[in-house]
Amino acid sequence: MEYLNIIFDEVYKILFLLVPVLVSVAMIVWLDRRIWAFVQKRQGPNVVGPFGLFQSLADALKYIFKEMIIPSSSNKVIFILAPIVTMTLAMIAWAVIPFSATQVLSDINVGILYLFAVSSLGVYGIIMGGWASNSKYPFLGAIRSAAQMVSYEVSIGVIIINVLLCVGSLNLNDIVIAQQNVWFVIPLFPMFVIFFISALAETNRPPFDLPEAEAELVAGYQTEYSGMMYAMFWLGEYANILLMCAMGAILFLGGWLSPIELYPFTLIPGAIWLILKILLLFFLFALVKAIVPRYRYDQLMRLGWKVFLPFSLIWVVLTASYLFYFNLLPVN
Amino acid sequence: MIAHAIFFYTFSIIAVVSAIMVTASKNTVHSVFFLILDFISISCLFIMIGAEFLGMIMLIVYVGAVAVLFLFVVMMLNVAQQKNQWFASKDSSKHIPIGLVISTLIFAEIIIVIGGWKYKPDLFDVNNSISQTGLSNTHTLGQILYTDYIHVFQISGMILLVAMVGAIVLTFRQRSGVKRQSYIKQISRERAEGVEVLEVQSNKGVKIDD
Repeated sequence: MEYLNIIFDEVYKILFLLVPVLVSVAMIVWLDRRIWAFVQKRQGPNVVGPFGLFQSLADALKYIFKEMIIPSSSNKVIFILAPIVTMTLAMIAWAVIPFSATQVLSDINVGILYLFAVSSLGVYGIIMGGWASNSKYPFLGAIRSAAQMVSYEVSIGVIIINVLLCVGSLNLNDIVIAQQNVWFVIPLFPMFVIFFISALAETNRPPFDLPEAEAELVAGYQTEYSGMMYAMFWLGEYANILLMCAMGAILFLGGWLSPIELYPFTLIPGAIWLILKILLLFFLFALVKAIVPRYRYDQLMRLGWKVFLPFSLIWVVLTASYLFYFNLLPVN
Repeated sequence: MIAHAIFFYTFSIIAVVSAIMVTASKNTVHSVFFLILDFISISCLFIMIGAEFLGMIMLIVYVGAVAVLFLFVVMMLNVAQQKNQWFASKDSSKHIPIGLVISTLIFAEIIIVIGGWKYKPDLFDVNNSISQTGLSNTHTLGQILYTDYIHVFQISGMILLVAMVGAIVLTFRQRSGVKRQSYIKQISRERAEGVEVLEVQSNKGVKIDD
C-alpha cells in the first residue's frame, strides 16, 4: 500500500510536468510558424481560433485520423520504435530541469550529465527511422544527421565543462545558484554564442537542417513516415528544441533566478522567469530559422570540428587559468 | 528493499539477455541495437549501486558516441547479405576447434573469478559511501583520480592521444587531382574575377572559356 502511494504521488508529479510540456510544445509550433511568417511579411496560421492559436491542435487531430503507412520492405519493429524513442527521450530529459529551488522532479547530483546523455541519445531516433525505412533518402538523411549530431555534441560537452569550472558541481540547482551574482552569459559570452549555434545544429534546426534538407532529400529520415508516427517525430523535435532552450537558460541565463533581486521582481515565482528565458531563447531560434539560408554540408562539419571545438577548448584553458590564478576555483 | 531488488533483477536480466542476443541475432544492425540496450541497462545498474557518475559517463561515451559509430559502420557495410553464412557454410567446421579452445579458456576464467567472489555485506546501501565523507560520488572519484592516480590518469590520456594521432596518420592521404574547396578563396572572390560583360553579336555567339 505504501509503495502504491509513492507510485501514485510520482505519477501525479510526472503528469503535472509532462502535460504542460506537451501543450507548450504544441503552442511553440504555432509561435515558430507565426514568427517565421512575420519576418517574411506573411500572416502565418491565423484562421483556427483567436490568432490561429489552435492551429497545432487542428494539425494534431488531422495526424491522429490519418492512416499510418508502414512500408512493406521496412524493418517493422525498428520502424515503429524510432518515433517512440525520439518522443520518449525528449520527454524524460525534463525530469531534471529545476523550475525553482524546490520545484524539480528529480534533483540528482549529476543533472547536467543526465541532460547531456539524453540529448546525445536523441540521435538514435533519427538513425533508427532512417535505417528501418529501407529507402535511399531516409538513409542518407540519417547518416548525415548522425555525423552532424555527434560532431556538435563534442563542442557542447566542452562548453558545459566551461560552465562547470565556474560552478564546481554537476547539480542543475547548484549551477543556477552559482549565477546569483552574475549570469554566466556575461563572463562566458563567446561560449553562449557557440552553445546557441551548436544547439541549432544538435536539434537539426535551420540553418543546419541538413538531415531533412527538402531540396536534396525530400524530407530526410521522415520521408516514409505518416500519420501519428510522423507527428511523434515532430513533437519530439520541438520538445528537444524547448529542452535545448531550457539548457541554455539554466547554463547561461540564470535559470529560475529573477534578473533583478528587488522587491517587485522577487514576487514572481521562479518558474515564470525560467519560462520567459526559455521563450526568449526560442524566439532567437525562430528568428534564425527565418533569416539564415541553409549551410553546405562540408562547411557544417568544418564549423563544428575546426572552429568551435578548438575555440571552446582554448576557452576551457583560459577559464581554468583565470580561476586558478585569481584563486576563484569553487571548493566544496 | 523489495523495490530495489525488483529493479536490480529487471535490469540485470535485460543486460544478460541482450548480451546473448548480440551474438545470437542474425541481423548485424539488430546486434548493435542489442549492444546499446546492454550498455543502457548496465549504466542503470551503475546508477543503482550509487556510481551515478560512472553510469552517466557510460551512457555518454558508449551509447552516445561509440555505439553511434558502430551503427554507422555496420549500416554502411550492407552486412545483411552475409548474415548466417558463417554458420551455414561448409567451411564452418574449420572454426569449431579454435572456437572451442577460446570458449573453454573464457569459461575457466569465469569459474576462477566467480570462485573467489564474495558479496559485500552492505552492497545495496547506496547512501553509505556518501555519508562517510559527506561528498558526492563525483567529488570522491575526482579526489582519488587527480591525487593518488594522477600519473596513471595522465599516461592513459597520452595513450589515447597517441592512438588518435596514429589513426589519423594511417587514414590520411593527400589526393592529387581533386578540386579542393577553399573557404577563404570562395569568400574573397571579387566580382571582376568572376563576371565578364560581353557584347554578343547576332548569329556569332560567345566562346565560353572553360
